[in-house]
Amino acid sequence: MLPFLDIQNLSCGYSSGFRVHDINLSLTEGSFAGIIGPNGSGKTTLFRGISGTLPLKEGRILLEGNDLAELSWKEKAQRLAIVSQFSESAELTVEEYVLMGRLPYRKQFQFFDKKEDVDIAHHYMHLTNTYRLRNKSMTELSGGERQMANIACALSQHPRLLLLDEPTSHLDITHQIRFMNLIQRLNEEMKLSVMMIVHDLSLAAEYCDFLLMMKNGTIFHKGEPEEVITYKHIESVYDTVVIVKTNPISGKPVVFPVSEQRLRNGKK
Amino acid sequence: MVQKQWSWSINVALLLVGLLAASMLSLGVGEIPIRIGDIPHILSEKEGMEYSVLSYIRIPRTLLGLAIGGSLSLAGAILQGVYRNPLVEPYTLGISGGASLGITFAIVAGLHLINILFLPLAGFIGAFATIFLVYTLSLGKGGLSVNRMLLIGVMISFIASSLMMFLMSITTTDNINGIVFWMMGSLNESNSTMINVMTILSLVCLVISYLFVMPLNALRLGEEKAKHLGFNANSVIRILFIITSLLTGACIAVAGVIGFVGLVIPHIVRLWVGTDYRILLISSFLSGGIFLILCDVMARTIISPNELPIGVITGILGGVLFIVLLSNSRRKELRQYDD
Repeated sequence: MLPFLDIQNLSCGYSSGFRVHDINLSLTEGSFAGIIGPNGSGKTTLFRGISGTLPLKEGRILLEGNDLAELSWKEKAQRLAIVSQFSESAELTVEEYVLMGRLPYRKQFQFFDKKEDVDIAHHYMHLTNTYRLRNKSMTELSGGERQMANIACALSQHPRLLLLDEPTSHLDITHQIRFMNLIQRLNEEMKLSVMMIVHDLSLAAEYCDFLLMMKNGTIFHKGEPEEVITYKHIESVYDTVVIVKTNPISGKPVVFPVSEQRLRNGKK
Repeated sequence: MVQKQWSWSINVALLLVGLLAASMLSLGVGEIPIRIGDIPHILSEKEGMEYSVLSYIRIPRTLLGLAIGGSLSLAGAILQGVYRNPLVEPYTLGISGGASLGITFAIVAGLHLINILFLPLAGFIGAFATIFLVYTLSLGKGGLSVNRMLLIGVMISFIASSLMMFLMSITTTDNINGIVFWMMGSLNESNSTMINVMTILSLVCLVISYLFVMPLNALRLGEEKAKHLGFNANSVIRILFIITSLLTGACIAVAGVIGFVGLVIPHIVRLWVGTDYRILLISSFLSGGIFLILCDVMARTIISPNELPIGVITGILGGVLFIVLLSNSRRKELRQYDD
């Protein structure tokens, strides 16, 4: 059987010299994959390669058997939705914003929004609890609300694969967990495949079923959270001393930092 | 959504009524006042002094006001969207600098004495050369860079204006007068073919721009997001840049440098109708036309029988109007926070 997403020998990068290279990855449908790694390890660059905003130097990406490089922007937008780290907020209402997610399905000369599109947008606004904000301007939203609107817009694209670039990094723990729970629910109930860049290692271990650890532009280790999140891996990739324990309820690894002073003075 | 269609229709209807009123005013006011009620009668008789005034002076002038005001404002609305920079206007990209330089050169070389049509031609060639330069220079390694385009446009403006000053410093006083007069802009254009071409061009560009409303809407969220929503952002930006540049070049060639319309009118319209390009483009076009027709009426009545340069009026009126609107909307925002 064909894998759902198959990245073969991918290499892409910027004219400044930085590139990600030798990326090989295949995911099954309904995966919830987390990408972890220190700043500058190429996580976002990899995403830009997959989304097509950065042209590939080598390799190819197959999504359900289709080579992404051969699809038009519109066809890609019907299969792939991306929530970026920094979302631009323009002067438009939440409803208008979420409706933009239906743009990939518009006919060339369609001027007004179809009722079907509006219904789909409303559905995802209810799901993300942003319907109550529908007439508010995007610029007036809090960070958490904006991230929920971003998800509603991305889901309106009816993507097969959802890419999330550090969606929780500016959120407090309430919103972080609420956000992760929502993604987990979508992943389970709608069989939506998700790839997500996460900085919080414990969060990644708790929610993702597959982890990709990156270092210097390539994959350092990949596999299930228990295999990837070990103190050895973390120390060599992040150059930081940590303790890894197991979450007593979920059985997933949890990462604890250790301060420099404590290291010097030894265990109390 | 039905609600939206209604409010958009009402907006456009209001603007059309406004345009009609402004046109009537423009047709009626002048050295020889004409009562609006008499206009159909005079036009059907096809003779007499009033008929000549209407058909040879005021109707072409009003038409040109709509075409130029509409075009500049449309170009401004599009460029502000593409560059996502509220300070961009058709002239920021160096197009007016290039056109002015072309015309200055034509006047200094005495081309206008051979045939007066050489002036707009020189202006258009200047504008076109600038567009070509800005465009090719901003094609970097990674494709078209929007910020680079802006910077190069501004630099070319400076170079063009320096060259213009150089040309002015070596020519006669008569020529300098001609250059300054042209630079201040005017809707006083006697060649009817040029007026017709300009009017048709502006309407064609309005229609073409409507093919790009959805990409423009997506571009509000940035180039990258527009790509993620399925638009080839680079090619859209390229096409829109060329269309708006040609349109601006034509405006300058016909009417000289009329500033501020392209900057201020789209802003004001945005405060009123919102940022959705489906309503923004047509509203900007009509508002720009109304604004320029009214400015022209003022330009020819304030010190009648003489005429003020229309650029003086658009600058003062547009600037003051904009500041008033901006401070009003800020006050409203503050009040919201109080509640």
